[in-house]
Amino acid sequence: MAEFRLPKNSRIRKGKHFPAEGATNVRRFAVYRYDPDSGENPRVDTYEVDTDNCGPMVLDALIKIKNEIDPTLTFRRSCREGICGSCAMNIDGGNTLACTRSIDDTRGDVKIYPLPHMPVVKDLVPDLTNFYAQYASIKPWLQTRTPPPPDRERLQSKEDQELINEPSACILCACCSTSCPSYWWNSDRYLGPAALLAAYRWLVDTRDEATGERLDELEDPFRLYRCHTIMNCTQACPKDLNPAQAIAETKKMLVARRY
Amino acid sequence: MSNTERPLSPHLSIYRWPITMTLSILHRGTGLALAVGFLVLAAWLVSAAAGTVEYEEFTALMSSPFGRLLLIGWSFAFFYHLANGIRHLVWDAGHGFEKRQANRSAWLVLSVAIVATIIFWVLA
Repeated sequence: MAEFRLPKNSRIRKGKHFPAEGATNVRRFAVYRYDPDSGENPRVDTYEVDTDNCGPMVLDALIKIKNEIDPTLTFRRSCREGICGSCAMNIDGGNTLACTRSIDDTRGDVKIYPLPHMPVVKDLVPDLTNFYAQYASIKPWLQTRTPPPPDRERLQSKEDQELINEPSACILCACCSTSCPSYWWNSDRYLGPAALLAAYRWLVDTRDEATGERLDELEDPFRLYRCHTIMNCTQACPKDLNPAQAIAETKKMLVARRY
Repeated sequence: MSNTERPLSPHLSIYRWPITMTLSILHRGTGLALAVGFLVLAAWLVSAAAGTVEYEEFTALMSSPFGRLLLIGWSFAFFYHLANGIRHLVWDAGHGFEKRQANRSAWLVLSVAIVATIIFWVLA
C-alpha cells in the first residue's frame, strides 16, 4: 500500500538563512539539506545569491553557493552540459538537470530538492543503488545466439539504427523514474520508466536475438504493468525522450506476440 | 548505513503536478466513484421492485439538493471516465505520446466531460 506521508525521520524542518550583503540583483535559493552525521531531520536552507556575479544556470548558483557561501552543501555534478546526468534534482517542482535549467525559468524563490521519493545520502545526493540494479536487471547489452559474420561486425541498416537512436540517448539521470508516482509507491517491484526505456532500446535492436526472453522478463503485473500512462516521465525527461511511448510500444509487442 | 535509516526525499508535497498527472489520478477517482454509483443504481432498481412507497422514498431522497449534487457528481464521473478511457485506448494503440499531444488531449477530455455534464443536466 502506498505510504503518502514522509516517515518521521524525513520530515523537513526550518533551516538557516544566508543573506547576500551589498548585492543589487538577488535571487533566493531554498535548498534541501540533510547531514547524515548530525542525526537531525532534513531542513531547507535559504541562500541569497548575487546573480550579477553568477552564471545563468541553477548549477552555476549551486556551485557559487558551495564556493562562496556554504562549503558543506553537497551535490553531484560533472559535465555541466546535460550529457552526464549527475546533477539531476527537483527544481521548482519538476525533475531536471541543474546544469541545463536556467535560473530565469523560475519566478520567485528557486526551490531545490533531491530527486523525489529516494533515500537521501546527503543534501541533494540520492542513493541510486536500486535504480542502477534495475537497469542491470534488463540486461542492457547485445544478446545473440547466431555467430557473428567472420569478416565483419554485425551490421545495421540506417533504418535499423534509427529505431534505437532515441532510446539510446538516455543518460540514466533518473529524472523520469523519480517523477513517476507508480515508481514512488512500487519502486521495489516496478522497473520504472528509465529501465523500461532501456529494455525497449534492446527490444527494437535488430541485431539482438533475445527479444522473446526480454519480453518474458517484462511480462509481469509489476515490472512493466505498473505503468498507468501518467506521463510524468515524458514530461520530465531533460533529453526530450519519450519513455511513456517506449513502454506503450513494449505493451503492444507483448499483445502482438500472442497472435 | 542501511537505507531504512536514510531519510526519504519529499515527493507528493513538492512535485508540481503536470495536467496529465492530475487527470490520471482523476481517472482513478472517478472509477472508484462510479463503482459506488452502481450500488446506488442497484438500490434504485431494488426500490422500484419493492413497491411504490419505497420507490417514491428513494426518488425523494435523490431529488433533494444533496442527492442532486451526488447525481451531478456521478454524471461528471461517468462522462470524464468515458472520455479519458477513450484517451487511454488511443494511447494503448501507440498514439498521442508527444508532450504537446498529451497536454492537449488532457484539456480536451476535461472540456468534453464538463460540457457533456452540463448538456446532460440541461436536457434531463
